[in-house]
Amino acid sequence: MTPGDVADWLGAGSLVAGALLSLAAAIGVLRFPDTLSRMHAATKPQVLGVLLLLLGLGLRLRSPADLGMIVLVGVFQLATAPVAAQMIGRAGYRAGRVDRNLLDADELADR
Amino acid sequence: MTAPGALPPASADRQTRMGRWRDQLIAYGWLVLAWNLFWGEFTWGNLVGGLLVAAVVLLFFPLPPVTFHGRLRPWGLLVFGGRFVVELVRASAHIARIAVQPGYTPRSAIIAVRLRLPTDLNLALTAEVLSLVPGTLIVEVDRDAGILYVHVLDVRGPADLDAHRAQVREVERRIVEAVGSNAELRRVRTGPVDKESP
Repeated sequence: MTPGDVADWLGAGSLVAGALLSLAAAIGVLRFPDTLSRMHAATKPQVLGVLLLLLGLGLRLRSPADLGMIVLVGVFQLATAPVAAQMIGRAGYRAGRVDRNLLDADELADR
Repeated sequence: MTAPGALPPASADRQTRMGRWRDQLIAYGWLVLAWNLFWGEFTWGNLVGGLLVAAVVLLFFPLPPVTFHGRLRPWGLLVFGGRFVVELVRASAHIARIAVQPGYTPRSAIIAVRLRLPTDLNLALTAEVLSLVPGTLIVEVDRDAGILYVHVLDVRGPADLDAHRAQVREVERRIVEAVGSNAELRRVRTGPVDKESP
């Protein structure tokens, strides 16, 4: 096996793993009970999922121009996902879209 | 990014102005680099275009200054990066598992954690890292008091709440050990850890 073959196989593995994580995230969005819980699924397994997909792409493409773009996508993904999650989470909490029966503690309520 | 040396406190005013110029230059450099990466190749045309676009961006969309008094610690950064990847993988697997587990409804909780260093940079970095790692989500930030309100998914008892509080403080400590100044490091290592909610 040449190094190129190894990179191809590693890339294929990363792509499949990333796709599976994204699938799990989609199922989580459907199944979790309230908005805040769904935000966990919508933003988190997706972070690792997207990073794995990008890693897989990088291992398959292996050209400097593509790698630069892939690094940028990864950086912006990591920088922006938390902002979106926090904005939606905060809006969801303030709008009361949280199931109190499933909440063990709420230290924001007694602030 | 270069680590700022410990300048003498004699000319504090000149120092802050120098610091602002340095921050602007770093931002300028990043923007030019990003522009070239967007186009996928480094050419003279892209370089000139990047310089122009970056200047326009900095001129018309100025950001509030973020004061950075710390310094970059290579070992701390390495530890932080390694632990981040480990936690990202472990927590992603955990959330993925409870997402597909049949008939399981996870319980959650919102906990308040007071950080030991209530600086803007520390709050932002800690919140960012907590938001990226599955299982924890920032719902609200009390900037004045330096308190993060964290939504925790899959809570199974009171012990879990304490474990997550400790985890948030652990993240803060690793961040300060990676980019904090000596004084901040001392505060995080010796600061009170028993302060719970406000």
